[in-house]
Amino acid sequence: MIKTILYIVLTAAITNNYVLVKFLGICPFLGVSKKLDQAAGMSLAVIFVMLLATAATWPIYHLLLAFFHFAYMQTVVFILVIAALVQLVEIILKRYMPSLHASLGVYLPLITTNCAVLGVTVNNINDGLGFGASMLTSLGCGLGFFLAMVLFCGVRSRVAEAKPAKSVEGLPITLISAAIVSLAFFGFAGIIGNLFG
Amino acid sequence: MSILIPVIAVTVIGLICAVMLVVASKFMAVKEDETFINIRNCLPGANCGACGYAGCDGYAHALADGTAAATNLCVPGADACAKEIAGILGVEAQDVVEQVAYVACCGDSSCTTRQYQYEGIQTCQAANMLFAGDGVCNFTCLGYGDCAAVCPNDAICIEDGLAHVKPSLCVGCGLCAKHCPNHLIHIVPDTVRTVVRCSNHDKGAVTRKACTKGCIGCKKCERECPVQAITVVDNCAQIDYSKCTNCGHCVEICTTGCITEANFTSLHNQPKEAAEN
Repeated sequence: MIKTILYIVLTAAITNNYVLVKFLGICPFLGVSKKLDQAAGMSLAVIFVMLLATAATWPIYHLLLAFFHFAYMQTVVFILVIAALVQLVEIILKRYMPSLHASLGVYLPLITTNCAVLGVTVNNINDGLGFGASMLTSLGCGLGFFLAMVLFCGVRSRVAEAKPAKSVEGLPITLISAAIVSLAFFGFAGIIGNLFG
Repeated sequence: MSILIPVIAVTVIGLICAVMLVVASKFMAVKEDETFINIRNCLPGANCGACGYAGCDGYAHALADGTAAATNLCVPGADACAKEIAGILGVEAQDVVEQVAYVACCGDSSCTTRQYQYEGIQTCQAANMLFAGDGVCNFTCLGYGDCAAVCPNDAICIEDGLAHVKPSLCVGCGLCAKHCPNHLIHIVPDTVRTVVRCSNHDKGAVTRKACTKGCIGCKKCERECPVQAITVVDNCAQIDYSKCTNCGHCVEICTTGCITEANFTSLHNQPKEAAEN
């Protein structure tokens, strides 16, 4: 049982890392990875929203869309539901947990229609996972996003200290280093499968 | 018929979401101070932290609560913003102390000449490498416009071989000061009223031959300044702005006229758009 859980979470977090292997959610990955506290705050918000989105969209798909045979409306319905949910959570946070809202709240509107969040929910459905497996995968994806953000934040601070040539300063060197970090993650392909297989 | 179910279902989901959000925002709305919202709207939203608070929201909160020290702390918003805030709070507007650049040289063609005809690359940096520039005075503005080229706001123009800074456009970024090979451009607070427009460190007799307006280090200003704010260092007067009272006495008595009046603040009082027009 524990083996299965670990397998699902680690596969989602490392071998199928959403940012570095599937190239989803690149926008916050490049935009908010300058400072460690911001990167961590953003990643925590992403983990939370991914879990919430999966918990909401899985029942909607299986009890409504699949039941009434209009699964082709999946994308539209998912975006609608996720966006509304995140807005609702933001309102609730602002009212009852102002301190948490101050640290997490600024990132919530950024994530409302983030492709990584939508990607997780859609992939869970396409892979035919059950509710429990879907939630675990979402947790793994969120953790993978956290890992990628924090790792890349470290890389960026080192790159900034190294004073790159003026022609590649800023976004160009960030994209180049992102590509190298992504290459490194491809090295994990197959590791988890062999570890638990 | 088959199209009806999806249309109805999506509409219903959308409606449920909308009603949920409206109800939530109605019942869980956080009451925000109207003063806070008004102040927050006139701050630029750059979240630069120059005011000493954590972003524009923090400063606006402090102003609305009355805990903020002053209404003139926002540097990017400048005087226009300070005026608006003062208007909302019903207090007298305070001037924002911005940084502004001035050129410490007044050597145009009326008072100095060229020692040779320079025909190389038309930048100050290149000209300065050939016998310290083509001016007779080795500390003069070369007038090839390195400063004007880097200025992000087009605040510098070259007239008669001398750079002029338009204080109304200058944002005090200091790029021009970095690029001047003779280090003639200084960044000062805009409260300054008196500036030395010369950087010549040669002896008085040499300076006199090179430029009629150059500082000859006669020390008259140093002797007569009522608050001893002026010292002559290396044959050139320097004003200590922490002591200067803007009395203007040095401007009147300067033998060559290199100490001049400056008036930056009145120009800064205009809102940005008006100043540009």
